[in-house]
Amino acid sequence: MDVKTGLFYLFAVVLLFAAFRVITARNPVYAALYLVLAFFQASAIWLLLRAEFLAISLVLVYVGAVMVLFLFVVMMLDINVDSLREGFWKHFPLAAGVGALIALEMAAVLMGGFRLGEAPRAAAGAMGANTSNTLELGKLLYSEYLYPLEIAAVILLVAIVAAIALTLRTRKDSKYVNPADQVRVKARDRVRIVQMPATRAAEPVVEVADAAKENKA
Amino acid sequence: MTLTLGHFLSLGAMLFALSVIGIFLNRKNLIVLLMAIELMLLAVNMNFVAFSHYLGDMHGQIFVFFILTVAAAESAIGLALLVLLFRNKSNINVDELNSLKG
Repeated sequence: MDVKTGLFYLFAVVLLFAAFRVITARNPVYAALYLVLAFFQASAIWLLLRAEFLAISLVLVYVGAVMVLFLFVVMMLDINVDSLREGFWKHFPLAAGVGALIALEMAAVLMGGFRLGEAPRAAAGAMGANTSNTLELGKLLYSEYLYPLEIAAVILLVAIVAAIALTLRTRKDSKYVNPADQVRVKARDRVRIVQMPATRAAEPVVEVADAAKENKA
Repeated sequence: MTLTLGHFLSLGAMLFALSVIGIFLNRKNLIVLLMAIELMLLAVNMNFVAFSHYLGDMHGQIFVFFILTVAAAESAIGLALLVLLFRNKSNINVDELNSLKG
């Protein structure tokens, strides 16, 4: 057993343990942190498979962006964990049955009739020791897969717009001036000109006389 | 004993089965459901990368690239929906999402 195999088993065991803790952790914050651990292990396994660019982008995109987003949301929401956990063990037999069924079916496919023992085959120049994985990926991505790349960019743009449009809310209690109204305003809407006589007849002075009486008394 | 394609495919299969179990177990908690979906996509990506390495074909890694893109968009929109849900219902219990039920 060479070093690479030993490393693979180490990463695989930690990955499966982290995945197990993600689905059984009581606190969603712990689940998110174990998911980060799982992504790191998967990234290490991809490095063993010489997919360096994808391994690094898995760490950058997932651990750096998506999992931080998950952690923000988990910490922002005030979740009652106990009410979400009820029925956890009630569903366990069904879950274990379905999981075992899936694992057995895939094992049956892998064991029977699937060519497994072949060594990694180097394509023409693509997987050689001296070529850069990123260079090969970039050559393919910007030539053959140019339109899918642009569609992927549009998908990300749509995701940005959708996420902002879904969570944007205007506060009811904030006071602000509508700019459209400000632009459209006319002078006659703002200023009301009142016609008044320039002079006015003096009113009878009653209160002053009363006050003078009080002073005398 | 050297690493074969079967090692990586078995790992992907176990990861996928674990995340299916997670979806069954946490069927009330929307956040953990989203995390289980991320784990499933990781298992699929693991298979793609393993096949790409053992068949000497870079196109598998291109696919992983696009799957990463779509998964990031999916989780962003999913978390936005989750925040919206929490704002309206004050919890994230999946069982309470029954207002469309006739």
